[in-house]
Amino acid sequence: MTGQAPHNARSAPPPGIAITGVTHRYGAVTALDDVTLDLPAGTTIGLVGPDGVGKSTLLGLIAGVRRLQSGTVRVLGADMGDRHAREGFLPRTAFMPQGLGRNLYPTLSVWENIDFFARLFGMDARARDARIQRLLDATGLAPFPDRAAGHLSGGMKQKVSLCCALVHDPDLLILDEPTTGVDPLSRQQFWTLVDQLRAERPSMTVIVSTAYMEEAERFSWLVAMDSGRVLVSDRTQHVLERTHTKSLEEAYIALLPAGRRPQEGGLAIPPYTNPGGPPAIEARHLTRRFGSFTAVSDVSFTISRGEIFGFLGSNGCGKSTTMKMLTGLLDVTSGTAELFGEQITAGDMKTRMRIGYMSQAFSLYEELTVRQNLMLQARLYRIPAAKAARMVEQSLDSFELRDCADVSPVALPLGIRQRLQLAAACINNPEILILDEPTSGVDPAARDMFWCHLIRLSREGHVTIFVSTHFMNEAARCDRISLMHRGHVLAVGTPAELVKKRGAPTLEAAFIAYLQDAEAATDAQVHPAPPHAPTRWHALVTRLAARFGGVGGGWLPRAWAFARREAVELLRDRLRLTFALVGPLILLVVAASSISFDVEGVGFTVLDHDRTTISRDLIDGFRGSAYFHELAPVADADALDRAIRNGHAQMALDIPAGFARDMEAGRRPEIGVIIDGAVPFLAANVRAYATGVLAGYATTLGRELPRQAALPITVEPRFSYNQEFRSIYAMTPGVIMLALILIPTMLTALGVVREKEVGSIVNLYASPASVGQYLMGKQAPYVALATLSYFMLVLVAVVVLGVPLKGSLLALTIGGVLFVLSATGLGLLISTFVSSQVAAIFGTSILCLIPAVNFSGLLYPASTLTGASRLVGLGFPAAWYQLISLGCFTKGLGTGSFWLMYLMLGLFAASYMLAARLLLKKQEA
Amino acid sequence: MRWLVNVGLLCGKELRSLVHDRVLLGLIVFAFTAGVLLVANGVKVEVSNATIAFIDEDHSALSRRMRDAVLPPYFKAAVLVDRAQALQGMDRGDYIFVVDIPPRFEADVLAGRTPAVQLRVDATAMTQAGLGTEYLNEILLAEVDDMLHAPAVVEQIPFQAASRIRFNPNSESSWFTSVMQIVTNITILSIVLVGAAVIREREHGTLEHLLVMPVSASEIAVAKIVTNGLVIFVGAMLSLWLVVHVWLGVPLAGSVTLFGACALLYLFSATALGIMLATVAPTMPQFGLLVVPVYAVAYLLSGAATPVESMPRLMQVVVRFLPTTQFVNLSQAILYRGAGLGAIMLPLLTVTVTGIVFLAFALSRFRSMLARQE
Repeated sequence: MTGQAPHNARSAPPPGIAITGVTHRYGAVTALDDVTLDLPAGTTIGLVGPDGVGKSTLLGLIAGVRRLQSGTVRVLGADMGDRHAREGFLPRTAFMPQGLGRNLYPTLSVWENIDFFARLFGMDARARDARIQRLLDATGLAPFPDRAAGHLSGGMKQKVSLCCALVHDPDLLILDEPTTGVDPLSRQQFWTLVDQLRAERPSMTVIVSTAYMEEAERFSWLVAMDSGRVLVSDRTQHVLERTHTKSLEEAYIALLPAGRRPQEGGLAIPPYTNPGGPPAIEARHLTRRFGSFTAVSDVSFTISRGEIFGFLGSNGCGKSTTMKMLTGLLDVTSGTAELFGEQITAGDMKTRMRIGYMSQAFSLYEELTVRQNLMLQARLYRIPAAKAARMVEQSLDSFELRDCADVSPVALPLGIRQRLQLAAACINNPEILILDEPTSGVDPAARDMFWCHLIRLSREGHVTIFVSTHFMNEAARCDRISLMHRGHVLAVGTPAELVKKRGAPTLEAAFIAYLQDAEAATDAQVHPAPPHAPTRWHALVTRLAARFGGVGGGWLPRAWAFARREAVELLRDRLRLTFALVGPLILLVVAASSISFDVEGVGFTVLDHDRTTISRDLIDGFRGSAYFHELAPVADADALDRAIRNGHAQMALDIPAGFARDMEAGRRPEIGVIIDGAVPFLAANVRAYATGVLAGYATTLGRELPRQAALPITVEPRFSYNQEFRSIYAMTPGVIMLALILIPTMLTALGVVREKEVGSIVNLYASPASVGQYLMGKQAPYVALATLSYFMLVLVAVVVLGVPLKGSLLALTIGGVLFVLSATGLGLLISTFVSSQVAAIFGTSILCLIPAVNFSGLLYPASTLTGASRLVGLGFPAAWYQLISLGCFTKGLGTGSFWLMYLMLGLFAASYMLAARLLLKKQEA
Repeated sequence: MRWLVNVGLLCGKELRSLVHDRVLLGLIVFAFTAGVLLVANGVKVEVSNATIAFIDEDHSALSRRMRDAVLPPYFKAAVLVDRAQALQGMDRGDYIFVVDIPPRFEADVLAGRTPAVQLRVDATAMTQAGLGTEYLNEILLAEVDDMLHAPAVVEQIPFQAASRIRFNPNSESSWFTSVMQIVTNITILSIVLVGAAVIREREHGTLEHLLVMPVSASEIAVAKIVTNGLVIFVGAMLSLWLVVHVWLGVPLAGSVTLFGACALLYLFSATALGIMLATVAPTMPQFGLLVVPVYAVAYLLSGAATPVESMPRLMQVVVRFLPTTQFVNLSQAILYRGAGLGAIMLPLLTVTVTGIVFLAFALSRFRSMLARQE
């Protein structure tokens, strides 16, 4: 069963790909089981097999983006297990991961995306521009260099991805299911393109995994896999000869072990008969706009009950939007949509009960197991628990999910996940199934099984099925199909009708003919854009980068490539930019103008048992003080207690009966001063003020009282740095510190973990760039943004809040930049450490707020801290920057006073980056 | 009925999601244990361990006595420095107070010439400067009086003032800071956990999937509020009992049950705020940046950092409408002063009403949030 070495090895071929004894496991799941393979260089190699047989894992190992667990992989002479050899090899290879445009950056334009990859591979400006222009011309993308990648159709995304892969002229091109989910015209164009490029460079080796068997026929070498093992590895021609078959589809089935072969006899589709009644779905002149963009324009169709209605069209043509309008997820801009003769309204539970929906992307819970997901789905469709459990078991069997019932869908290959989604959509026996590309990325056998279900549901259960697909053989099984392109319906009819109408040999040809007509019509309107003209700013930056690029043997250009890309993404994200700049200012203005330690107007009440002029004089003393504010007096001890306990009064005076008399008699009566101690800071102040007022009152009593002159010494306090003793002067420098630690850290905290969740981190794995370059590049734009934020904060503090900057702006700025470097570095460190974006946000919040507020001198001077809290304070950059901020603003100091603080901030910045560098691995597990 | 069943089902799902993220759980445990302990043990809200230096140009027995009289816990042991060192030290933030005793000080005192002691105060250390000056004044005077065998000033006043500080007689900072840290943790966790959970579901497409099913937006939102709220509630109450009460020995004057009930209401309000923010910020990085000023301002204005009574009049009125401020207010009332339900009706009402407003706003945006194109 294991692959054999090629029979007819030519004399001394260049080293190809040699894989020996490779086994790869994900936890308990074995993806590759002792695989040994020899592949020739300079050919095209097709890798086929159903989902979950280890194709992607194998490609990942060859590309060097996955860590080798056991065995050896030698690619074009380089040992992938050896770090240095791998790094030396990476510039010669290109890897395009599975998923539509997964390695592209959606807000970047076509040109910028390709340019980023060119920079990563260290190409200079002239070579880059020439190469990109050529690739765009070759792929037909030349008219759209400035369109954002996120707004491209799936086919165009894959072309851009291909350009990105080819930009550095690799010796080895690895494409993981590049045409999955792409319409036939784009697919045809894609392969023509690959053939052309190969014709230009015959020495290039191309490995492609694909779910389309007919596509594999165009490759000269074939590797077929099943269950982590290689079934065959040989010249495609030989495979066909050996199995005595005409097509690879048949050959593959012949190669499978007997037990795994699908049942004989294709799908028999009983003819459709309309059971009558109102149409299941009726759309009239449906239109949906997003801003100025019209996603769906004037679409009308009627689907009868029990019919299988196919929806064909390229990605981004409006299929998904139409489907979402029918489910009620999206509101209709104009036109009407009816299900069973009833207008669709948002929040209508009755209609929702009758619909099963499956979205294009996987949309079940990765935190739940397969069984738990199905159970949740069933229960939410109001199926009682006992019955739901039965139905889930049934569904596990009929959709062949029993083997993976208790694992998380994360671990499952795409095809099985799609099967799970269909199982989920069918669990409530819906009357209408709306399936958005349910079989994208699903292997042929699984697709057939899938369609068996659909046909049974339609013909036996009279379930109306509205399905979108890219597969022509699936489209041919539909009762009627509709072709959609750029928001418009091009044609509707039975497959046979459409073929006849175009006079085409096959449905695929008919579809391509329709698309070409439509393209021709729109292309005529699109004026080809002039060759990408770099702006002046762009030219300047390029020149600068070229100058510094020489330093460190091309180290900087790669870091610059990451930085540039991150910066462009940031600049496009206006909302994030606004939050990042306005947030700190709001924090500063609100906090600096309201935080205060000035205790004034403390509410007090009196329980006066004496009621003499003497006692009233005493109370007058308190009335006259700005610190106190008199409340209604209380009548008895209980009322006094209540007033304090309920927080009504913060202080209460208890003047005993006979106070005046006792004082007269020299018996020194006792006045009770009762203070609310819930907030210790307030209590201490209130006590001091009360003592002061009482002492002042004493001086008015005359007679045997100590005169001022009787004091043996005077203590003359001089308040330095903040003579007026105003809180705003003392707080503002601290609040700037707080804003600069909380927000820049949050800016970078999501950087790495988000790329891991989205998948674009694979660009780092597959590129010759180092983790250090990646991290530095990710940090740089945010340092710039945070520095801008710093300047805005200082400006607002001085101009708006009127806090004078007494010391050196230079000294403050050096500290500010170093502090921002530490904060963004800390964010990156947190980002490499946590496992989810949620944890990144919470971790950053807690880890920054606690030390910054408590141990860095914002509210309480750092010098008064002892023990562990002092260490926490010293071990966090905020405390050091607080000294600089306070010193510059209030104490009038200059750079000379801060060498130690600068050094410490520099150390923090460096060590955070170093730690992040060590934590972030350059390969997947 | 159906509504309750769905909420229950979705809660189970939420709980599984939460338990799934081990790093996050670790961070929550850290916040409620080590985070609370660090702050409680480390932070002194009143004059405490204040740093002080002496410039002694008298070198007399009296000046030495005065120096030795400056004692913990209010002050750290005094350091003897010359004038240049004193100024540098203040610039660096090493000393908050510098006492300057002039030459021939003792002789002047004995001669009744009333010499002056200069006291330099770093007025940027707002929490220490004002009160510390008063205390130093008292300490230095008492020491001189003691040497002169003169009765202290207080004893010459014809009455006595017996100040009693209720609820926290020794003004222990940890009593205050530990509970306030729990409140702060509750605020941050509620906003971040629930809000991020909503955005996560949207980014993964699962929210859309739920909304196609016979599940309403209110069920989804309430399930998130209930589950995350309960997890935070359990963490907070355990922390209050085990960390604050048992470990730190802080007495809890009022009814813990009443506090728990109020905490539940506050959790509702804060988690609803989290959901509302999530419907405003389309992506996770945007949400992260949006929540920072929100919780930071909420914290600084809550009264947990600085007393509300010290804020400008206008702000005192404004902050009364913030749920966080009101929750801090009622926490202090219940836990320290042992206040009953009657005393906290108004704060409770504010917390509830704001929660309802937040949730209503969030639900009204739930669907339009999905319609936004990425």
